[in-house]
Amino acid sequence: MSSADLTNERDLPPGRETSATGDIAPERDGPRDTGMDDASLHRWLARTWRTPPGIIGALSSVDHKVIARRYLITAFLFLCLGGLNAVAMRVQLSGPQRGLIGPDLYNQLFTMHGVTMMFLFAVPIVQATGIYLVPLMVGTRNIAFPRLNAFGYWVYVSGGLFAWVSFALSMGPDVGWFAYVPLSGPEFGPGKRADVWAQMITYTEVSSLAVAVATIVTVLKQRAPGMSLDKIPLYVWALLVTSFVVVFAMPAVMITSTFLILDRLVGTHIFNPAEGGDALLFQHLFWFFGHPEVYIIFLPATGMVSSIIPAFARRPAFGHLGLVLSLIAVGFLSFGLWVHHMFATGLPKLGASFFTASSMLIAIPNGVQIFCWLATLWEGRPVIRTPLLFVFGFFFTFVIGGLTGVMLASVPLDLQVHDTYFVVAHFHYVLIGGSVFPLLGAAYFWFPKITGRMMSERLGRWHFWLAMIGFNAAFFPMHIVGLWGMPRRVYTYPAELGWGNINLFISAGAVLFFVSFVLFAFNLVHGALRGTPAGDNPWDAGTLEWATSSPPPSYNFARIPVVTNVEPLWAEREALPVAAGLRVDARELIVSTVAEAHPDVREKSATPSIWPLLAAIAVGATFLYSIFTPWAIIWGAAPIAVTLVGWFWPKGDPEDEE
Amino acid sequence: MKRLASIAFATAIVLFLQGCAGWQSALDPKGPAASELAWLIWFFAGLCAVVWVLVMAALAVPLMMRSRQHAEPLALDAGADSRKLRVVMIAVGLTAVILVGLTLLSFFANRTLAAIGSDAALTIRVTGHQWWWEVRYEDATPSRILTTANEIHIPAGEPVRLLLTSTDVIHSFWVPSLSGKLDLIPGRMNVLDIKADKPGVYRGQCAEFCGAQHANMGTFIIAEPRAKFDAWWNDQLQPAAAPTGDEAKAGENLFLKRPCVMCHKIGGTPAGGTVAPDLTHVASRQTLAAGTLTMSRGNLAAWIADPQGVKPGAHMPVVDLSGDELNDIVAYLEGLK
Repeated sequence: MSSADLTNERDLPPGRETSATGDIAPERDGPRDTGMDDASLHRWLARTWRTPPGIIGALSSVDHKVIARRYLITAFLFLCLGGLNAVAMRVQLSGPQRGLIGPDLYNQLFTMHGVTMMFLFAVPIVQATGIYLVPLMVGTRNIAFPRLNAFGYWVYVSGGLFAWVSFALSMGPDVGWFAYVPLSGPEFGPGKRADVWAQMITYTEVSSLAVAVATIVTVLKQRAPGMSLDKIPLYVWALLVTSFVVVFAMPAVMITSTFLILDRLVGTHIFNPAEGGDALLFQHLFWFFGHPEVYIIFLPATGMVSSIIPAFARRPAFGHLGLVLSLIAVGFLSFGLWVHHMFATGLPKLGASFFTASSMLIAIPNGVQIFCWLATLWEGRPVIRTPLLFVFGFFFTFVIGGLTGVMLASVPLDLQVHDTYFVVAHFHYVLIGGSVFPLLGAAYFWFPKITGRMMSERLGRWHFWLAMIGFNAAFFPMHIVGLWGMPRRVYTYPAELGWGNINLFISAGAVLFFVSFVLFAFNLVHGALRGTPAGDNPWDAGTLEWATSSPPPSYNFARIPVVTNVEPLWAEREALPVAAGLRVDARELIVSTVAEAHPDVREKSATPSIWPLLAAIAVGATFLYSIFTPWAIIWGAAPIAVTLVGWFWPKGDPEDEE
Repeated sequence: MKRLASIAFATAIVLFLQGCAGWQSALDPKGPAASELAWLIWFFAGLCAVVWVLVMAALAVPLMMRSRQHAEPLALDAGADSRKLRVVMIAVGLTAVILVGLTLLSFFANRTLAAIGSDAALTIRVTGHQWWWEVRYEDATPSRILTTANEIHIPAGEPVRLLLTSTDVIHSFWVPSLSGKLDLIPGRMNVLDIKADKPGVYRGQCAEFCGAQHANMGTFIIAEPRAKFDAWWNDQLQPAAAPTGDEAKAGENLFLKRPCVMCHKIGGTPAGGTVAPDLTHVASRQTLAAGTLTMSRGNLAAWIADPQGVKPGAHMPVVDLSGDELNDIVAYLEGLK
């Protein structure tokens, strides 16, 4: 923010400021930003908020942008690995009775593809984007619970490494990403493969819960003054709803995987029908998480679409309230649909019909979103750039996925296409069309903010067309081959069934789609090194992240902006009003009220610390050990306790002594 | 243009390949349930296609009005906004109407399907195993109960009730040209009614991932005229044919001495294993190893000599046999019509 922005400086209300400082002795109070000139403000804040130098310093970082960058890069690497899995599978399926990959490896491949894409790519990358953008968009200096956030990243990395090292040692899970019992149970899942699945779930769920909690608190309590609920950007709303869905859905799958580990390791019979357990219970628990999971991946993507469309259509999103209510409605409804994954298990017919109705119902809020975006585009004068192209790609593909979803919601129809390539086509249209295309658009859109440089528009267009053609060539014919009777998760198929040619075509499309990502990776690297400098707001967009420099300084904003509009940078063309009164020698940020975002108290944000990394190592080692013996929980508790004590050790700060 | 080209190309492929498919296709129904479902699939797909085209048309309009300049975004026209709101409301209303219609359609289709097998006279218990199907024909007379594997003969034109369960992991029974799929779950019993309109062979395969050889767990429904079906049942109730010729006799002897008897049953001999397919009339079946190989002397030999090469991970172990011994056993099994 330049000095021109400071024309309308507003102090925090004095009464609230007193309440914030409480009974802290005045002599312990350091310098404030009130009235400080820009140069010394920058010097103070940069020293206070920097990530310490050196390797230990880098590992201690609690800066949400640093953590998010690591998250994004790690998740992208996992995307590439998962993509390679897919290419290997497509080569094997390119013709009938190919002998390239046997069933043992193939079953590991599709399991690793599923868990990598779901748990190591899709959820982490949408959350990582949120970690980067949410604090900037709500105008605060760091995410809430920054050490928890760092801890989440380290646990995620150890979970990903654990899964992939297991795979490299040929003990990767081979029971599908859903790992149904009894196949994954003690009797039919010998070795450690199913345990690897179960514990990998635990790692990644711990990390996504940590991020969700941090996101919720950031959005509810750290918004810039004036950003009342009706002025929260749609992207932030999407992340907020998603985080709540994470908080309610993830425990279900952690319970599922823990029960499975108990059955396998301790000899409980929770899922064993012979001893009074129930194999179907696993499916209910898994899908009670598994269906919301789809929306955990999809809702943040709708937030991205809601950010990109206004910026390029040149008008605020049409039906802001409707879009917010749709997000919330989808969040709630996503918990009422899980049974449509289980229509073929022979549930009572009336009960199944109820889930047909609820699955149809969720199409309505999603329809509202689509219509509002279309209305925004109609009202605006769209400027076509790569991010918007990917949003068009999103419309083209996601609407197909949504409509085939309506087909799958019908119980009788589902009984024909369930567990066939039709479903594979459907959910790739939903997940790639609905989430990856918006993510790619978001990458082009926010890349300049993160790196300070633009990605190539020319390469971007090539990338878009290659991705669109490759994707549709790979996945559209899958609908057809599914209707022709080809089931999922088969490592080969007989020539007589006539699926050979179409599978060859699909495989060619898959390779083309993979190549589009190679081009994207090149564009990323090229843009980061050689891209033209972007400036603060290259797209002339309206939300707060564009108010600060690109890339943003460690402290995000020199002065905390005061928000007057849902698109503050469009409303306050001359200068953004700012709030003052924060200390500059300590990591202070404004905590505001939930609904109105009145500044409430000044709160210290955590300082860099190596303890989250050490705690993550202790937790990771415990999880790893626990696939071998239940005693790991006992032995692991000691190092975890030590690291947590180190983490929360009082710093002698006056605030701690209150 | 490129999109149109890719769609046209995909359509061309559909038309080209339609001829080859059909044996195991939901789009080529051969029974009342599959016909009802195929109609439902086409109706849903057609309606969805119309909706998709409308949405794409709505997307194309603003593309026509695109601009090269960044306009001032907050200069809004309130009148246009309220007109748009009306259009959006109408679109949402239409969506709701379509969804309610489809829900009702699906509900009534479900009722139609449930009525198909209400008067089924024949009950067959199908038990899933890794990776084959145990098929047991129920009858009030115990001596008429028949156990076979992988191939299900049914009388054409009559509804047949299948009782589906499993003794190991979850499988799913799916013969697309006759009906939708239903899971075989250990500890549970599911009921699926099927009916084939005409005599014929309809292929199906396991649809729920069940481990290493999920891909090679095929089944066949062989619909025959009633008289032929009854004759088949009576034939199958007979004990195994006595071996003829020296090779076959030696083969029977070997079969009974070697580990084969631990798992397989051959009616009329001491072989009484029940963990693997009943071989009493194995040579009367069209395929081996649950649809993996067609039935022939060569394939029998290949399967016995190298089961892990043919079907890696299958529970059939390699039994150490010399060339002559293999030949004898194959000669014996080949005679079990």
